[in-house]
Amino acid sequence: MKELLETIARSLVDYPDEVRVNEVESDKTIILELSVAKEDMGKVIGKQGRIAKAIRTVIKAAAIKENVRVVVEIVQ
Amino acid sequence: MGKVLEMTGKTVEEAVNSALEELGADRESVDVEVIDEGAKGLFGIGSKSAKVRVTLIESQTEDGVQFLSSVFEKMKVEVDIDKIEDEESIQLKVTGRDSGIIIGRRGETLDALQYLTSLVVNRKNENYKRVTIDIENYRKKREETLIKLAERLAERVIKYRRNVSLEPMNPYERRIIHSTLQNNDYVETYSVGEDPNRKVVITLRQGGGRK
Repeated sequence: MKELLETIARSLVDYPDEVRVNEVESDKTIILELSVAKEDMGKVIGKQGRIAKAIRTVIKAAAIKENVRVVVEIVQ
Repeated sequence: MGKVLEMTGKTVEEAVNSALEELGADRESVDVEVIDEGAKGLFGIGSKSAKVRVTLIESQTEDGVQFLSSVFEKMKVEVDIDKIEDEESIQLKVTGRDSGIIIGRRGETLDALQYLTSLVVNRKNENYKRVTIDIENYRKKREETLIKLAERLAERVIKYRRNVSLEPMNPYERRIIHSTLQNNDYVETYSVGEDPNRKVVITLRQGGGRK
């Protein structure tokens, strides 16, 4: 799940080396904290959060397949 | 400059094939340079491995296929991706067992994947290409379903003389409804609401039909 998010984020940004995903597990939920270079924030959020929403949709599909609950948070 | 990989194998062909597998590319999307032809030797004596250098040709289509196949790999779904491309557009056709998961509810996941792939394809290019992804003919089947639905609901509007609103749809699906009924003499269509809850309403044509 973490790797999937990294793959997607790295393909969208200008500074792929600065993509970090931190995985926090709590109960039955996995929280994925995504951070990217400051200049790349727009590239993973998009207008009205459209890109972030698409990323979450894909992660959610993968989560359903593996029977887990995953939350994606974009952090500074 | 595309990805470069050096690979050895018993024969040139074997080396190329394992490089292609590693890159997740097909033969047309790479340049192959033979570094060492290799030698069979006699009874295994004096045999030498073949060595090739394989360079991935960078193209927008390749970027898209690469992105999509790495996403599928990380999602652990096994699928094949075929591509059809022209000047303005790239169509990716996905076939495989796990298609339900990558289509999602009302094609939601498929649309998300299509949007993200389109961003990757058009990221550094001024030459905009429209990307469509279809999985197991989902889009074609969905289009047929929507056309039938539009026609059936139009009949209901005419029969009961009452408006019918459809479930929320994306712009592409709404367009299918609009264009199915645009030549209907008795009903007309419009959209209400804001995305993602925007939906089509079918209503009686003003004046009770046109000639």
